[in-house]
Amino acid sequence: MSALGKLIQIEARLFVRDPMTFVVGLLLPTVVLLGLGAVPMLREPAEDMGGQRFIDYFAPSVIVMAVGVIGLTNLPAVLAAYREQGVLRRMRTTPVHPMKLLVAQLVVNLGASLLSAALVVAAGNLVYGVPLPKHAWGFAIAFVLGITAVFALGMLVAALAPTARAASGLSTVLFMLAMFFGGVYLPRFMLPDAIARAGDFVPPGVQSLLDAWTGTAPAVVPLAVMAATAVAAGAVAARIFKWE
Amino acid sequence: MAIIEVRDLVKTYGTHRAVDGISFEVGEGEIFGILGPNGAGKTTTVECVEGLRSRDGGSVKVMGLDPEKDGAELKQVLGIQLQESRLPDRIRVGEALDLYASFYKEHADTDRLIEKLGLGGKRKTPFGKLSGGQQQRLSIALALVGNPRVAVLDELTTGLDPQARRDTWDLIEQVRNSGVTIILVTHFMDEAERLCDRIAVVDSGKIVALDTPAGLTARVSEEQRVRFRPSAEFADALLLDLPEVARVERHGAHVVVTGGENLLQAVVSVLARNQIVAADLRVEQVSLDDAFVALTGKSLEN
Repeated sequence: MSALGKLIQIEARLFVRDPMTFVVGLLLPTVVLLGLGAVPMLREPAEDMGGQRFIDYFAPSVIVMAVGVIGLTNLPAVLAAYREQGVLRRMRTTPVHPMKLLVAQLVVNLGASLLSAALVVAAGNLVYGVPLPKHAWGFAIAFVLGITAVFALGMLVAALAPTARAASGLSTVLFMLAMFFGGVYLPRFMLPDAIARAGDFVPPGVQSLLDAWTGTAPAVVPLAVMAATAVAAGAVAARIFKWE
Repeated sequence: MAIIEVRDLVKTYGTHRAVDGISFEVGEGEIFGILGPNGAGKTTTVECVEGLRSRDGGSVKVMGLDPEKDGAELKQVLGIQLQESRLPDRIRVGEALDLYASFYKEHADTDRLIEKLGLGGKRKTPFGKLSGGQQQRLSIALALVGNPRVAVLDELTTGLDPQARRDTWDLIEQVRNSGVTIILVTHFMDEAERLCDRIAVVDSGKIVALDTPAGLTARVSEEQRVRFRPSAEFADALLLDLPEVARVERHGAHVVVTGGENLLQAVVSVLARNQIVAADLRVEQVSLDDAFVALTGKSLEN
């Protein structure tokens, strides 16, 4: 097997072996959705949410959580630890550049976010009849751009933080902001309008996901903001990332 | 023939010259020691040889390759063990070796390597559950998995218990016997004395001496001391008449004779001719420690 293939295989095993990343990263979002759906009132259509049920309205926020937990907390934590412990440095002594380890980490974490989001969609649909995203292309585009922006921010944290502790502090702040604007802490209809509108532009862009889910094409400007965030954060991260 | 050639190597950090004109050559199959106190520039020197750090002056050739220009090619034949470099806690011994083996065009048989390093029963043990000595051995195994022609080992036995250190030394001798050239960076005198064919003593970014361990001690002093307790009284003149003897001192019941080459033989034979038995006979030689202090004005430990 090629070095990159082998790296992806090993990093995937390490991801699954860590109970924190496995349970919190992969399963928690689905558990939250299933738990909320168990409350009968949340399965009743409501005026506040444009006649939707809470469980339908909240599903995109659970996706935000799935992407955020992995991209904003796990990814930078692992990379900062790899730098601090000299894992990246040791790879520099071999013919394979540690860049490949970064790529393997990205592949594994992207795969995990994708799996976690798919679990949310599937479980919501099977257990509570949450409809599948109606505007499939719009949803795919919003998801890909959103996840790319979140992961670029995660890489920026990994690049900026001098230590694993600093990475964890910085990523916690970003994670909480993303969750707040993504309507995870408080459903967005309960947030002041200005904050909810600002949330449209905070990665991964919960409104675009919700629009596509309910069948409307997502608005262009928030998607452009996701793309711009991804390019800017990614470029800065690539410029300043240190191997040791 | 020299497999490693370093000429006038310079590396500066800000205004501090960490490496200040270091030159040396290492022959194929040699164990070459770089010895010096902390902060002397040892690690920076080998990092320039490994291509992990760019130099500010001078030239470096390893097997005819420049570590800065031909880094990728060089790393196929260079094994590097770094100080304080960990692996993810949950990676297993076998996985780590297989992974690192996949990085090289040609690699060692990982099963045999694991056995050779005494990690045979630990294939499935995660890195985080290994003892310090086992982690160190895995680290050496990773440096050797690419079948290197040259291995650079930095602070190999720091933090190991005495038994683990001796085992590691045996291992290094085996590696050399299989034809690998070794650069050993250390601040342990006994390690350098036991393993190295030649030693470069580095201080403040410069080589202050480069010689065999015996040569280094001889360079500091040709003097030898013989100490014994005589079975009968004798006059100092008996020994002072010998050309080999420079001084005779008495410390209570003991006599300490100082002199040059073949001192012991000369003293013992003249005593024997006079029916005097030398009890508690001891030869005190200048140690590499003494040599180091004389060369650098510093002690190695601290």
